Amino acid sequence: MSKTVPDETPLPIRGFAAAALVAAAAAAAVWLAQASLSDYVVTLLAVLFLNAALAVSLNFTNGFTGLFSLGHPAFMTIGAYVAAILTFPERRKGTMLPGLPEFLATTELSLLPAILIAGAVAAVVALIVGFPVLRLRGHYLAVATLGLIVIIQSLATNWDTITRGGSGLSGIPRLTGIWWAFGFMLVVIAAAWRIKFSSLGRAMMATRENELAAECVGIDTVRVRMLAFVLGAFFAAVAGALLVHLISVVTPRTYSVLLAFNLVVMVVIGGSGSIIGAVIAASAITVLSEALRPVEESVGLYGMSQVIVALALILVLYLRPQGLFGSGEPMIVRRLFGGDRFGQTP
Amino acid sequence: MSQYLFQQLVNGLSLGSLYALVAIGFSMIYGIVRLINFAHGDLVMIGAFSTLAMIAVGVPWPLILVFVLMIGAVAGMLIESVVFRPIRGAPQVTGFIATLAVSIVIQNSALLLLTGQQRNFVFPAFMRQRVPLGGVSASLTDMVIICLTLLLIAILFFIVYRTRLGTAMRATAENLMAARLMGVSVNRTILAAFAIGSALAAVAGVFWGGKFGQIDPLLGFVPGLKAFVACVIGGVGSLGGAMLGGYILGLAEVLFVGLLPQELSGYRDAFVFLLLIVILLVKPSGLFVRHVEDRA
Repeated sequence: MSKTVPDETPLPIRGFAAAALVAAAAAAAVWLAQASLSDYVVTLLAVLFLNAALAVSLNFTNGFTGLFSLGHPAFMTIGAYVAAILTFPERRKGTMLPGLPEFLATTELSLLPAILIAGAVAAVVALIVGFPVLRLRGHYLAVATLGLIVIIQSLATNWDTITRGGSGLSGIPRLTGIWWAFGFMLVVIAAAWRIKFSSLGRAMMATRENELAAECVGIDTVRVRMLAFVLGAFFAAVAGALLVHLISVVTPRTYSVLLAFNLVVMVVIGGSGSIIGAVIAASAITVLSEALRPVEESVGLYGMSQVIVALALILVLYLRPQGLFGSGEPMIVRRLFGGDRFGQTP
Repeated sequence: MSQYLFQQLVNGLSLGSLYALVAIGFSMIYGIVRLINFAHGDLVMIGAFSTLAMIAVGVPWPLILVFVLMIGAVAGMLIESVVFRPIRGAPQVTGFIATLAVSIVIQNSALLLLTGQQRNFVFPAFMRQRVPLGGVSASLTDMVIICLTLLLIAILFFIVYRTRLGTAMRATAENLMAARLMGVSVNRTILAAFAIGSALAAVAGVFWGGKFGQIDPLLGFVPGLKAFVACVIGGVGSLGGAMLGGYILGLAEVLFVGLLPQELSGYRDAFVFLLLIVILLVKPSGLFVRHVEDRA
């Protein structure tokens, strides 16, 4: 891999063409799946896409920038509540949420503006929380973001007028389908890809590898870390919003610490910083735990699949601590999207 | 002193004792292997449920305490030697993720075996009486928790500061490599630290059950997190700091619930984490530690 990339190859164009082709092929596959498979499988696929998007978006902090954040469920909860309140049918708001302020009680948005607002709210929260929290490193950051989950959960439980307390919001219009999930996943992957192989992505990885050295070459590490955190929060919130419009319920416990753990598992197994790795790991874990569910139910051993996931993680940490692909992308993807350049593990 | 205030004080002290017991083990393990042990809180759960099992079999109470100490110690050593030792050289985050995984395994295995339902946990009747103390009174449970905790902490401090094992522990915490070169059996010392810390957490589980009356397989999560907060308050890695941090946290929490209006008491846990974030901001090395190495 010491060979330098030949300068004359018009890499971006070839990359875009390949990406467009792959996306089109995947869309065709989704269309086929939607037409031929049962509703259950289609919903499962939608959840799978959302999980993949979540895992990739967690990569912004945990993979590229080396910030060990567990805060995803907190941002997802914010996104879910914001979007659900915005899309909720106006005529039913009176009975469901009588205490809602006037301007919220009379609005009823369609899905796209609602999820964008949800993402923006979470991004602002991330910005505010980020100032104190991002000064921390390693497990301090992890516990502080875990604390953020607890804080958001108790807000959702206790702020009755907006959130309807512990019983949560039910009967949220089922506006999301497989196409929303698929499209969102593509957007997240494309964004992650563009960032990873841009100067911003390099700055993130430099910050991860050696903060002092990164500062010395002129990288504003505070800004880079903040960007990664806010971007991750934005996508997490949108994913959380899309998911509740798929399952039509949200409670303060919908997105829990366990979810944070499972997302971390996906990122670690895929290889921290590897986009394709995160997608593959997320798909595998989603399918695996869904496949184990009937077994769990028939034997009556609830929680078994979670034990298996956790044990799998421990095994990966023993045997292959860098995950499937380390921080790079698999060979075939590298070839497809433009030569050697993308494969190098920075 | 009015009965109300006294009651709040005792309540805060006994809650603080629980946090201190968990936090000390947490801090000990961190001090020696630089590992934030997420599974530490689950030992509280293990302690509580093994007590429940022993009550059902009919083991007398003093023996239960001894057994719980042993069960906690064995569980801690098991976790250390099976999971943590093989990845000891790995980066910090790897260790942290591994402890999260262990915690998930323990919690879900407990759910498998015990189901998620809440179980009643009762101390014997004489523990639930109230003791008059010069015009005011306190529940015997709280008093016993406070006194036993102080006793255990005293024993711990004796071990750490007055025995060969304790010297070895402090040496290993100071510099693992140098300690090994001086002939300290590092693996055994680390194992001992896990055993002692976990035993304390398991005893905290007994008290937890007795204080709150109900236990379930996921009860360890909150004390585990709060023990971390207590450690941070006192300065991670310092035993005395962890103890004081535990008491401060317990008292602060009770004061928060007792003194602020009723409708805010649901934010109790949120308050604890806000406190954590504020302390990490203002005095990240903890209140009682003068100098700490890099926190990265």
